[in-house]
Parts: sequence; structure tokens; C-alpha cells
Amino acid sequence: MSVDKIFVVLMGFLGIIFTYWFFFMKKEKEVEVEDEVDITVSGGYSPETISIAKGKRTKINFIRTDLTDCLEEVVLADFKIRKTLPLNQKITIELTPTKSGEFKFSCGMNMYHGKVIVR
Amino acid sequence: MNQISKTFPIKGMHCASCVRLIEKVVGKVEGVSSCSVNLLTEKATVAFDPQKVDEAKISAAVSSVGYEVLKEESSEDLERKQKERELRDLKRKVIVSLSLGILIVFGSFPKLMGFAPAVLQNSFVQLFLAIPVQFWAGWVFYQATIPALKHRTANMDTLVVIGTTVAFAYSAFVTFFPFVVQNLGITPAPYFDVSTIIIGLILLGRFFEAKAKAGTSEAIKKLVGLQARTARVVRGNQEIDIPIDQVLVGDIIRVRPGEKIAVDGVIVEGESSVDESMVTGESIPVDKGLKDIVIGATINKTGTFLYKATKVGADTLLAQIIKLVEEAQGSKAPIQRLADLISSYFVPAVLMLAIATFVVWYVFGPNPYFLFAMLNMVAVLIIACPCAMGLATPTAIMVGVGIGAEQGILIKDAESLETAHKINTVIFDKTGTLTKGKPEVTDVIPTSVILSKRSESKDLILRLAASIEKGSEHSLAEAIVKKAQKQNLKLDSVIGFKAIAGAGVEGEVDGKKIFLGNRKLMERENIEISSFSGQIEKLENEGKTVIMLSIANKLAGLVAVADTVKESAKEGVKALQEKGIEVVMITGDNQRSANAIAKYIGIKRVLAQILPDQKEAEVRKIQKEKKIVAMVGDGINDAPALAAADVGIAMGTGTDVAIEAGDITLINKDLRSVVAAIELSKKTMRTIKLNLFWAFGYNIILIPVAMGILYPVFRILLSPIFASAAMALSSISVVGNSLLLKRVKL
Repeated sequence: MSVDKIFVVLMGFLGIIFTYWFFFMKKEKEVEVEDEVDITVSGGYSPETISIAKGKRTKINFIRTDLTDCLEEVVLADFKIRKTLPLNQKITIELTPTKSGEFKFSCGMNMYHGKVIVR
Repeated sequence: MNQISKTFPIKGMHCASCVRLIEKVVGKVEGVSSCSVNLLTEKATVAFDPQKVDEAKISAAVSSVGYEVLKEESSEDLERKQKERELRDLKRKVIVSLSLGILIVFGSFPKLMGFAPAVLQNSFVQLFLAIPVQFWAGWVFYQATIPALKHRTANMDTLVVIGTTVAFAYSAFVTFFPFVVQNLGITPAPYFDVSTIIIGLILLGRFFEAKAKAGTSEAIKKLVGLQARTARVVRGNQEIDIPIDQVLVGDIIRVRPGEKIAVDGVIVEGESSVDESMVTGESIPVDKGLKDIVIGATINKTGTFLYKATKVGADTLLAQIIKLVEEAQGSKAPIQRLADLISSYFVPAVLMLAIATFVVWYVFGPNPYFLFAMLNMVAVLIIACPCAMGLATPTAIMVGVGIGAEQGILIKDAESLETAHKINTVIFDKTGTLTKGKPEVTDVIPTSVILSKRSESKDLILRLAASIEKGSEHSLAEAIVKKAQKQNLKLDSVIGFKAIAGAGVEGEVDGKKIFLGNRKLMERENIEISSFSGQIEKLENEGKTVIMLSIANKLAGLVAVADTVKESAKEGVKALQEKGIEVVMITGDNQRSANAIAKYIGIKRVLAQILPDQKEAEVRKIQKEKKIVAMVGDGINDAPALAAADVGIAMGTGTDVAIEAGDITLINKDLRSVVAAIELSKKTMRTIKLNLFWAFGYNIILIPVAMGILYPVFRILLSPIFASAAMALSSISVVGNSLLLKRVKL
């Protein structure tokens, strides 16, 4: 095998490992929410993981600044919520969770993800 | 004086003097108590008495000094406008990128297209044409990718960006440094056709997908659009039109022929016929009179009436329906779990596969192996379509739930819709579900000659029975009293009234002891009934409840009471049986009455003499027979049984939708809707399965083809341009298939 091919194999191998590490091994940063939180929707959700208190009403404000079609809806299926997020508008979702646990939310096509942790 | 406050958007203001001018002129209008204008928000807040001045007069005052009151736009209007703007923009980008792409294609294949002008074959001209496609039309892909990578996530745009950027960058390199590529033994040909056509086709796919997706959420828009905007409220001696959000519970509202009923309420004067089809799905107009309930957003046909508002705002039936449909559309069906799991790992997995494809072709591919490696890698990146998987289930659920709502079938969540297609047994509660739940007197039979004329004897029996029952609260008593009132019988005064639990009542009229009740009561009082047992049995066999009346220890007459079967019961049950679904009736009635009603309706399996608290256990017993059970009830008395069933179906009553009680609520009260709901579930599930089959099948088959799996044997490779066409089609086919559900006839 020529040098360039060995180099390509090596780079390919490293590329696959990097892709795996980059997308699947990221650490979640959890933001504790008291009463209200603003989540910026741009290439995903910032913050991505929030923790809220069980039985307490919490306001989650989504503000979409990203043109991507995918992100124009947010789905919190466990709370039966599907909301359209018009560009640059604050859309408030109020949650009063009755049980604790981890509840995922995503965009309408399930490409971008976030998490609500209820404690 | 009734004051209301309203905000008007104003056009044409420039400075503080404009503000003062408008405040002054509007403030002078008779009936206006205050006017405050904000220059920054360009809005005027006016407090006025609607009995003295209307909005048109305020608008006229603003116009008189050279400004204009704008029609207020709702958030839906703004959203729609934004969407329209986005679609227009997308359309422009599609036209530009495909036009430029086609020019490049002409130039890229001079042998195939000899008629193409030589200038298009120039690499620099092609680069010049490709730049706007890559960085103007295709900029949306970069805009989505860059922030996504910051979050360490990736989506379809990431794949498109990497694929087209690789093709574009290689082509640009070839354009500027053709000799470098030539020295490597590769013909220096650019691939601008690939990068531009991919972007054009994917944007085209997105354009159609966006248009189709708007159709999936039409149901909610239609429901919201049903709402009336104003109501004609009677205030004092005047009738005034006020915005619907200012209507209060207790307001008396006038409705004229052809007008929309504003909010839910009860008629207090007049009568009419009302078209309720838009809310309940009931196609025939319903006659309404005094004390009848009217539903907001339905349309008054012929008469004029006054009604009292009982529910406003979020409490109205329409608001509850909208909320329920929104919630159902936001929920997830269990069948979606696998698609969700796969799509969350999909894009990074495709990236890894694309790298692997490049490496394998580079190392093992034929010459020019670099080109094979690059083009196949681009094809893998472009063919992968996670969107189709993400759209497969929710779009079908949204359409399914929406068409259900249009027919008066409200589905609580996607899970209920999914379970309903497996139902093979339907249990109907009898009273109030199969029957109207309002017992009526059907027969009055004198058993001994009390008066010379038979008709007079009948009246006497009914009069005495009603007189003695008027103190009772039993539903059968209500039926007897109602019948007597209908016949204008004057009731006697009763002394010594006493209710005998589980047996009947007793009392004294004109000094004569009277007993009214069942067989048990007669036996207890040693009243001879055996000579009439044939007649009693005959009535009971017809499903009627027989009440016996004795005067001075002698049987004087029989009063038969029966609950009338709903018109849609027979047909609804038959339709279920024709689909191979077993139908069961559950009731507290005795076996003989229950059998008679069941026979009349066409039900073979009857569970009689079941007390309300035993119904839940009966449902569980049938579930143990490995049956998937739907329980149909009114949602009030049988809530535990509805909850125990695999699918609880609640029949709506009036404007109180027993939403929490059932997985499915039938607001149209039509029993044929039970089979319609099951059919809707079956058709939605079939659509979802087909969608998932396409979405998975498409990716599972075409990704390996793009990787070149067919090349060793068949010499077949997938061109990245075909890959982009297939990818654009995949999402459209899934959304389009979901929209086909709209054609379903229930």
C-alpha cells in the first residue's frame, strides 16, 4: 500500500473516532431554573438541559433566531406540546410537572434535542 | 355606564405633536373618556362607552387629521405572512440555483450537448455561475450548520453543507490549479454541476415540503377560524356589538338568522334551528328552543333568539376542542419510538459512513480512485434523509387527529389513536349511551275498572302515580310526573309520603292508601298481582320497567317506563359487527329488560345487573380473554370503566366535553362515530407504517447503493445529482402520503 493510502486510512480512522467523540460524547450542561428561563433556538437549544422543580409552575421562553425549517417547531411530547416558533419571537410554554424524571424535547423532525429534568 | 378599552394600531405618526393631535381629536369624540397614544409602539389606547360610540367613529376621527387606523393583525396573520415571505424567498432561490445549475450542466457535458455555447465550458465561467448558488442560495445550509456544530449536533443541513462544499472546493481547486490535478493522473474537470444542482434540487424539495406541511396543520387553523369575532349583547335597553373577548358569563346575547353564535349558552327566549356541523360534525341542523344549549361558533339558521352566555373564553366547547387537538398533535405515538431513536444517531452515523466510503474507494477503488472516493462520499452525504424519518409519524398523526376533530371525534393523544386500531371488542354502557338516558312513560294500563271510561281510568292512574311521585327524586318518578304535566293533569295533594328503598313509594290521597313500586313492594303488602303477571312479563320483555299502583290494597294499574334507544344505535352496532368487532352491552337493568333492548339493537352479549362500581371489573374480565377493549360511556358515571379499558370512548353531553374521562370523545353523540374512530385509527396507522417503510427503506437501500455496494458486480454507482433528487423526493413523498389521509371517508 502506498504512503498516501496509508495516510488516508489513518486519517479516515481518526475522522470516524473524532466524529463519534464530537457528537456522542459531549457533556450536558444543566441549568437549574427557578421560575423562568429563556432558551435560544439557534443550531440547537441554549441551554440544552434545564432542571425544574416538580409541582411548580415554570415558564420556558423559546426564542428562535435560526432560519432552519427544522427548528420552527418545538415538541415536548411528554407534556403534549407542539408549538410553532416564529422567527425572533418569544414563545412561552408553561409547565407544572406532576412527576419527576427526564423529559426530552426536540424540533419537529427530531433532529435537535434538549432535556427537561424534573426534580 | 359600560366602559371598554381597546388598542388601535395607528399609521403615519412622526413626532410628539402627532401624538398630541390624535389624543386631542379622539378625546373629543362623544363617548370617549380617554385616549393615550404611544409613538414608539404606534398604538392608541382608547377607553370608550360602546353604547355611545363605535370603533368606526374613532377610526374616522383619526383619519380626519391625516392618520390611519390599521386593521390589527393577529399572531396567526403575522405567522402566515412570515411563512409566505419565506416561501417566496425559497422559490426565488430555487429558480436561480436550478437555472444557473442547468447552464453549468450544459457546459459540463460538451460531448452530450454539442449545442451548448463554448463559453459555458469555461471553468472560470462555471465557477462564476456556481458562486451565487453555493453562497447565496445555499447559505441557509451554512446558517444552520455553523450554530449546530457549536452545539455539537448535526442535521440534514450539515450533510448538505459538507457534500456540496467538498464538490465546490474540489472544482474551484481544479479551475485554478488544473496542472496539479493533471500531474496526479486525473483529468482536470470541475464538478460545479454537482454542487449547484444538489442545492437547487434540495431547496426545491424543501419548497414543496413546506407547502405540504402547512396542509398537515390546517385543522387547527380551521377550528381557530370558526370563532365568532363579535357578539350582539343586550345591555340595558340597547343591543350593542362587542368583541367576543369582552363577553361575560350571564350576558344576554341576541342572535339573528344567519349569524354565528358567539359563545356557549342557554336559550332564554325564541327558537331556531342551528347548524352545528362545524363543531360537532352533526350534518343535520338541530332544532333549539327555550332552555336548550347552544354552542359558540355554530350558525343560527332561521329564527331569532336570545340566549344567556354560560361559558366564555377558554371554557367554551370550541376552545376545549382546540386545546385537545393541539395537545393530541403534540403527543407522540409509541410507534414513533424506533424512528426517534434512529434519527437521533442518524446524521453522525452517516458522517462516519461517508468517511469510510471515501477511505475504501481511495484504497481499493479503480482509477481515478480519488474521484470515485470523493463523488461516492458526496453521494452518501446527500442521499441520507433523516427528515423523512422525523416526518413519517407526526405528519400522519396531525392529519389524522385533525380530520377526526372535523367529524366530531376528539382524540386525546397519539397513543390512543394508535391503540384504537387494535380494538376487537366494544363494550357499550346502556343508559345514556345506547339510549337517550331520559326514561319516558310508554304505557299506562288500568287493571281494574275504576271509572266507566278506559281513557279516564288511564288518566286517573297516571294522575295518582304522578301525585305520589312528585316528592321523589328517582329518574323514573321524573318521567311519570313529566308525562302527567304533558297531559295537563292536575295533581292531588298527598299526605304521609314515604320512599321505600329499592321498592317504591307510599302515600295517602283522598283518604285512600296508595302504593307505587315494583313487584317486591306489592308482595310485601300482600297485593295480588298474579293474574296480571303475563302482562307484566310482556312489558318487561320489551325492555320496559313496570311500576305497579295499588289503591286500597288492590292492584289498580301498571305504568311502564322505558328509555328510548338512540337512532344511531342499531346502525352503529351493526357497522362494528360487520368489521368483525364483538359488541357487548353493560347495564344495571335486570336480565330480561337488558336482553330485550340488546335484541332490539342487535347486541348478542349482555352483561346485566351490573352495579356502576362493578363495571370496571367487568371490563378487566373481558380484557383477560385477550381482547383489546374499548368502553363507550358518558364519561361521568363510568369514568373508572373508561379508564380501565384499552381505549375509553366518552360520549359528549351538551357543551361539557368529558375530556379527561376518555381517550376518545365523541362530541357528535352519534354511535356510528365509534366505528368511524376505529377506522380513522386503522387508516392513520396504515399511513404511518407506509411512511416509515418508505423512510427506512429509502435510507437502508439507497445509502449502501450510494456507497457503491452494487459497483463490484453490476458496475452501478449513484450520481450525487440523482442522490439529491431522490432525497428531495423522500420527504415530499412522506408528507404527501400523510396528506392523502384527508381523502379518507369515515
